[in-house]
Amino acid sequence: MSQLTLLTAKGITKRFGGVQALGDVSFTINHGEIYGLIGPNGAGKTSLFNVLTGIYTPDAGSFTFDGEPLDRLKPNEVAERGIARTFQNIRLFQNLSALENVMIGRHVRTKATVFGAVFRDKATVAEEAAIEKRAYELLEYVGVAKRANDLAKHLAYGDQRRLEIARALATEPKLLTLDEPAAGMNATETQALKRLLEDIRRDGTTILLIEHDMKLVMNVCDRVLVLDYGKKIAEGSAAEVQNDPKVIAAYLGGEVTLEKRA
Amino acid sequence: MDIFLQQLINGLTLGSIYALVALGYTMVYGIIGLINFAHGEVVMIGAMVCLSVVTALLGAHAPLPSVLIILAGLLVAIPVCMTIAYTMEKIAYRPLRKAPRLAPLITAIGMSIILQNAALMIWGRNYLTFPSLIQPTAHELFGASMTDLQMLIVVLAGLLMAGLVFVVQRTRLGMAMRATAQNPQVAGLMGIDIIVVISAAFVIGAALAAVAGLMVMTYYGIAHYYMGFLLGLKAFTAAVLGGIGNLAGAMLGGILLGIIEALGAGYIGDVSNICDFPFLSDSLQQQCAASDGQVSLFGSNYQDVFAFFVLIAVLIFRPSGLLGERVAERA
Amino acid sequence: MSNQHRKKSIPPKVWAGVVLVAIALALLPFVAAMVGQAWVRILNFAMIYTMLALGLNIVVGFAGLLDLGYIAFYAVGAYVYALLASPHFGVHLPFWVILPMGAGLACIFGVLLGAPTLKLRGDYLAIVTLGFGEIIRIFLNNLNAPVNVTNGPQGVNLIDPFKIGSFSFTRPETLLGVSFSGPQKYYFMLLLLTIGVIVLNLRLQNSRLGRAWEAIREDEVAARAMGINTRNVKLLAFAMGASFGGIAGGLFSATQQFVSPESFGLFESIIVLAMVVLGGMGHIPGVILGALLLTLLPEVLRYTMEPLQMALFGRVLLDAETIRLLVFGIALVAIMLYRPAGLWPSAVRKRELEVKPETP
Repeated sequence: MSQLTLLTAKGITKRFGGVQALGDVSFTINHGEIYGLIGPNGAGKTSLFNVLTGIYTPDAGSFTFDGEPLDRLKPNEVAERGIARTFQNIRLFQNLSALENVMIGRHVRTKATVFGAVFRDKATVAEEAAIEKRAYELLEYVGVAKRANDLAKHLAYGDQRRLEIARALATEPKLLTLDEPAAGMNATETQALKRLLEDIRRDGTTILLIEHDMKLVMNVCDRVLVLDYGKKIAEGSAAEVQNDPKVIAAYLGGEVTLEKRA
Repeated sequence: MDIFLQQLINGLTLGSIYALVALGYTMVYGIIGLINFAHGEVVMIGAMVCLSVVTALLGAHAPLPSVLIILAGLLVAIPVCMTIAYTMEKIAYRPLRKAPRLAPLITAIGMSIILQNAALMIWGRNYLTFPSLIQPTAHELFGASMTDLQMLIVVLAGLLMAGLVFVVQRTRLGMAMRATAQNPQVAGLMGIDIIVVISAAFVIGAALAAVAGLMVMTYYGIAHYYMGFLLGLKAFTAAVLGGIGNLAGAMLGGILLGIIEALGAGYIGDVSNICDFPFLSDSLQQQCAASDGQVSLFGSNYQDVFAFFVLIAVLIFRPSGLLGERVAERA
Repeated sequence: MSNQHRKKSIPPKVWAGVVLVAIALALLPFVAAMVGQAWVRILNFAMIYTMLALGLNIVVGFAGLLDLGYIAFYAVGAYVYALLASPHFGVHLPFWVILPMGAGLACIFGVLLGAPTLKLRGDYLAIVTLGFGEIIRIFLNNLNAPVNVTNGPQGVNLIDPFKIGSFSFTRPETLLGVSFSGPQKYYFMLLLLTIGVIVLNLRLQNSRLGRAWEAIREDEVAARAMGINTRNVKLLAFAMGASFGGIAGGLFSATQQFVSPESFGLFESIIVLAMVVLGGMGHIPGVILGALLLTLLPEVLRYTMEPLQMALFGRVLLDAETIRLLVFGIALVAIMLYRPAGLWPSAVRKRELEVKPETP
């Protein structure tokens, strides 16, 4: 596991009207980590994602990704730089098949233009074949290959979540940001997800993960950032954060020990 | 300056009519987010029904004063329009409440076509004249003139708008409408019958539309099965200009649009006068000589274009309109 | 829906079907001529409208951008052709120069319309495009004074017919022992072009660009998050759609040999939109069906309704035009209520075409 920093956030602040969604949030993510982002509801986790991926512009602060600043980039430019995401409420392309969803993920790494589409030159045809092949591989990787031709809206909930991950992986991200991928999953599905996340890390992609499932977070995350009311209240290894009284107070307002199982 | 005041008065009159129709659009859009494409046709139907009643009464030599004859026309036109609007909502929009936005837009267009052709079948293709029952006495006003009719339109429109504001702000129905416009689901949970509220929005809008139809007909003296289309489009522009979903916006937008149109039509000829330009072709120079140095690139026949330019400009630069709120999108 | 799967070798049944259809299409103008040459002309317009509808399908069906003023591009293409191949200005350029020019100018207008409207949602985009279409029509109708550019409401007539060298498409001729009337010659020319347009559209749909359009239609936020430059892709949709509209417009001029602003109003925009939506939005066969139905059915109605009423009632109660419009309006409402995906939507087809791709 390399210690090279992949993403640095400094002083990220964002207000929506009178509400401060994020206040002076700073953290670093290292190459090859699985980095967790937790906090009570409304703590600003998804807002942080949205600011990182270019959907909102921060009122203050900046990101540095892989050595370059991420200032005022549009969402598609952020994807080009190598940050891909999934969404809290699953935003798949509902009326397209699972395979097509992942193929669209390949858009940012491929080049065919309208002329290629019309004239079908050799390079374009080869690229199309490669896109389809890679998409199918990714479907197998996440375990939904059997449903390749089904419309995304017809997939089971758990399969939809994994399909969204496959689509994000298709963009060849350096950093994969997942917004509550385990939401609504049962214990078996969550275990499968854990294995998938570990596979992704092993294969070289860094992961930033928003989650509410504390067991998953403690088991799979190398380091964790805790937000509350838009402010950072702790950052460190899973064990450190778990025992931090500020964190416990934020979640439960009292004394409690979180259970950890290997 | 000579025509400025006159065009202002004309614009105010026209704008009052636009405002009445715009209220119908804005109420429906504010509550269910649908552009009621067929609203202009409801205005037309109001005018035509009123005309038929008036013509019938006059033909039967009814011994009634003109005012009552016109009133009789209105009293028939308003319920007819209300029924049509209610029926339209019930069969063409209500079933599509949950459908993607394209579907009710298409049915609205379909309804608009149906109404136009129904009117065509009933009243024929020709322009129908409205019998001049009100003698238009003009009053001098700082060098411009304002007729009785214009004053009547402005005052009546104002009263109706005030009445609507009263209903919306001070009655239970109005409160229900405002709540539904804010959040239909929660309003429903609070015990408000959404279906009644939505129907009310359509029906009230239709009543105002009927009056507006009468106004247009008396102002221009004619009625025609196609008169609703352009009027509806302009009134919708007015609603958007003021801030769609906002009643005060619709009223302000209507009056503003009327004034913009009137001033534009009045001045476009002068503004686009090319006779002062060098490098005119021979034929153009001849035209200038023949018309006393007044040849316009764009004449008042381009009047309708103003409304469209306003519409496009507002939607692009300030889509929330003059009085509307800016809505942020959350991912 | 796009068929993304690698095609295995085409089964003989499909080949047989294709050959049958080809023969039917080749014989069609002669069969139609037996009823009357007018019917061949109707078929020609049906093909032009098919091209037009396919162009709009790129904007509305693929990219999901609601355009209620699409006829403006048709108008631009038609007037470019009319003004450059008629006695109006005394200019008579050949078709292979003017058609691309018309397409090009329409394309520019498409980008001009698209650029400021990229942020607009559904309804608002529809209204803005409607306004744009009306503005074009008003200008076409009024640019006859003080300088006569478009000849105003009278339109431009005596437009040059389609010509390849000295082979004119309006003269009846006998080739290889078969006699072709003017409209029949046009038929085959238009048939070839229509097939070309269909193939182009199929290629666009099954490509990286086509998928990007569909991604934007389905969920623009997600599309952007996946790296798609939605701004450029949307502009491309407007540009491509407008270009097809411009080409169809030029062909319209060449076929009808007369254009006037009347043919390019909001109602025409609505008809083309209806072809796309009622046929099956985004689904090329559905759109073709929609175009054919909406061009051919009204003509059938026109030829049968009045004689029918004469036979039944002794007089014509409703003229064909009114019936046609009423039926159209009712069809719009009815289809949205009962078959909102259109008459021939794509998901059905998709299940039929299920082919599992090879795995390495």
